[in-house]
Amino acid sequence: MTDITASPYVRQDIVAERPAPVKTTGFVGLMRSRLFNSPTNILLTILGALLLWYTVIPSITFLFVDAVWTGKDRTACLPEKAGFVVGACWPYIQAKLPQLMYGFYPEAERWRVNLTFLLAAVLLVPMLIPRLPAKGLNSGLFFVAFPVVAFFLLRGGGITGFGVSWTAGLLQLVDDSVISAGQALLNLSKSSAIGPLLWIIGQFITVVGTAIQWLIFPLTWLRDMIQSSSQPVWGDFAVTAVIVTLLVFWLRGGLRTGWRALVPSIVTFIGIAIVIKLMALDKGGLPIVDTRLWGGLLVTLVVSVAGIVTSMPIGIALALGRRSTIPLIRLFSIAYIEFWRGVPLITVLFFATYMLPLFLPGNFTVDGLVRALIGIALFTGAYQAENIRGGLAAIPRGQGEAASALGLSWWKTTSLIVLPQALRHVIPNLVNSFISLFKDTSLVSIVALFDLLGSLRASFADPVWTTPSTAFTGFAFTGVIYFIFCFGISRYSLFVERRLNAHSRN
Amino acid sequence: MSNEARKPPAQIALKLRRILGGKAGWNGVAVQLAFAAVLGWIAFEIVSNARANLANQHIAAGFGFLRNNAGFDVNQTLISYTGSDTFGRVFVVGLLNTLVVSIVGIFFATVIGFIIALCRLSPNWLLSRVGEIYVELIRNLPLLFQLLFWYLAVLAALPNPRQSISFFGISFLSNRGLVVPSPIGEPGMTAFLVVLGLGIVASFALRSYSRRALFQRGQVIRIWPFVLGLVIGLPLLTTLVFGLPFTFEFPQLKGFNFAGGSRIIPEFVALTVALSTYTAAFIAEIVRAGILSVHKGQMEAGASLGLSRGTTLRLVVIPQAMRVIVPPLTNQYLNLTKNSSLAVAIGYPDLVSVFAGTSLSQTGQAIEIIAMTMGVYLLISLVTSAIMNVYGWRINRSLGA
Repeated sequence: MTDITASPYVRQDIVAERPAPVKTTGFVGLMRSRLFNSPTNILLTILGALLLWYTVIPSITFLFVDAVWTGKDRTACLPEKAGFVVGACWPYIQAKLPQLMYGFYPEAERWRVNLTFLLAAVLLVPMLIPRLPAKGLNSGLFFVAFPVVAFFLLRGGGITGFGVSWTAGLLQLVDDSVISAGQALLNLSKSSAIGPLLWIIGQFITVVGTAIQWLIFPLTWLRDMIQSSSQPVWGDFAVTAVIVTLLVFWLRGGLRTGWRALVPSIVTFIGIAIVIKLMALDKGGLPIVDTRLWGGLLVTLVVSVAGIVTSMPIGIALALGRRSTIPLIRLFSIAYIEFWRGVPLITVLFFATYMLPLFLPGNFTVDGLVRALIGIALFTGAYQAENIRGGLAAIPRGQGEAASALGLSWWKTTSLIVLPQALRHVIPNLVNSFISLFKDTSLVSIVALFDLLGSLRASFADPVWTTPSTAFTGFAFTGVIYFIFCFGISRYSLFVERRLNAHSRN
Repeated sequence: MSNEARKPPAQIALKLRRILGGKAGWNGVAVQLAFAAVLGWIAFEIVSNARANLANQHIAAGFGFLRNNAGFDVNQTLISYTGSDTFGRVFVVGLLNTLVVSIVGIFFATVIGFIIALCRLSPNWLLSRVGEIYVELIRNLPLLFQLLFWYLAVLAALPNPRQSISFFGISFLSNRGLVVPSPIGEPGMTAFLVVLGLGIVASFALRSYSRRALFQRGQVIRIWPFVLGLVIGLPLLTTLVFGLPFTFEFPQLKGFNFAGGSRIIPEFVALTVALSTYTAAFIAEIVRAGILSVHKGQMEAGASLGLSRGTTLRLVVIPQAMRVIVPPLTNQYLNLTKNSSLAVAIGYPDLVSVFAGTSLSQTGQAIEIIAMTMGVYLLISLVTSAIMNVYGWRINRSLGA
């Protein structure tokens, strides 16, 4: 047996120590591997550094170093008076802050705006944290109850009736219009080539209208009784509560399923009663603040939240309509979606401001803010429809087929099986379209509403604060607000996306 | 009892039911009738209300107003226009202004977008951070905000014409806009243009010949020297023979303003800058996603075939990336065109501004004017999506899918 170390292929001496490998982590490693590793890269690094040097440093100098922090009017921010090159003029922001936040909302009533913001935050924060329970209740409160409360808080005013009066009024309005349509057709039939056909249709519509009139007679009678009583709001409230509760009870299966079915309805009505009592809606409510006085961040938030809340049902309906097999409904949905997606938002706002009032009865005036909201809801609805359609397409057919196999109707299949999964799929897309909606709300300033950007532009016109740096200061401040909102929401959307795709991550 | 096969049931009724009511059958038909009735009712309400309201305001419906005199001036026109021209001409002027700002915006947006995308993909850490900051900053601020920023803050802060910023003494930037030399046609113009056109056509022919040679015989023909000669050399030669095709009229400072040259109005500058920088951020993301979507193996496969890095990029990676890039890119071009309607906020005379704005307030013909304006944008986007459908169909066909 020979010594293995004597073999020619075994190394005799110990290998010398190699130098430690070049550090590839940390700041030094980063510099070595991604900044200065080749001549081109060094050049690019210098280029990038120069770019930053000529943008970041002047911005910081403008915003902080050369800024004026205190003052009463423009003289504080004039270079001649201050004695140096003046950067940002922060006293201007200080003076205009109320206008940028609330517009011309009366000073004594601004607590209402603050309270609304607070309410929104209290409802929104738990909804955004995935770990917290009761998402259904939370979203119900935020998307349904909150807008109503916010409306009465921000605008003020009270109510003169409740469910019964409103339903009766609405039905009567529709019925009157149907009957007048029938009459118009009958009149037209006398002078038309297809007179007999029009006459038949007109007669039919008139008969239908009269039938509806008889059908809703109990409701209108009830309304008249309630309105002539001493407590119309509370009387109406009680009657509505009883009717709705009984209806819910009956639809849920009546005595078979027991009395528990009554609980949600009763709790809801108690909640509504508390709100009515607290805000004294039955006695006229808070003083009315005309929407023309609203402005600033308030309008931006109102328009974007109202836009997203109202566009969701429109979007869901259109997405389902576009996937429906019923020809007319599918055609209508496609035409609607393609139309609104094909035109710019500005023209939609022009449409809502100038054209919509022409389409409404002459005695019917719509508030300027509401008109813009209608335009935005119609427009965003089409975009939401495409988002939701993507989600619907991602649900395997088997889900719907399994539901039909269990004997669920189309409505139950859609609302219990398909839609919840589809909506969960597209949460990131919905959030992204909320961001673009939030940015697009700035366009309402073109149709004479003063949102954040509109208020900013209006504040430039104030001669008390015209200095060379006013515009830059104003844009810097508003830009930060917009950026915080949009960037924050987009980061949240990324977080949700990661969470939703947690199962497919490797 | 017979064993003959039963005749298939008559399918006509079933098929009819399927066509008329979809999967829901006769229920679907009933739903459609109810839906049509509601639509008809809404249409009736709209028409009758609009008629009553127009009668109240003494406005005659119809497009007759297009032949009336507009009576207002437009500060940028591509075709000759005076205040005594008709509203119909205002429509054309506005449409052309919209198109010109969109095309210029699309050009710059594409260039900036590709540069930013390359920055973001660059191995250089600092440069990719700079690209990221640009994209995040621009995407999270409203376009109107940026437009007003450029117009009310940056351009308004520019010096007056006397202290204007000079670019090599031939064009000047001031708060009155950008003044550039304007070309003036000379006698040699026609020959120059003809030769240039011929050169371009010949280059394309050469390119298709060389491609055929490459694909059929594997023969590589270097064509760029010939193309250079055809497109640049030949027109220069004609210049020597026929004289200069055009000369430039340079702007001169006379008193408080510039004389000569052509002035690009500040609204146009602001709108172009805002639209192109804003859209560029989105284009950069699209391009980046497209290039990242091509598998790394493609690059490696190209290298293992002995292709150079540039050739691999040009022949292997970019064609595959383009398939992913082109549809959303077209979408962004469309968005830019639609966003150019924000011009109304700063008074650039685009379609919305002069037609849906000034003309609407002068005539009160809200329905006709807004319908025409929406129709134009709708037409542009429908045509674009039709082209994109054809493109997608061709791509699918070429992939054999």
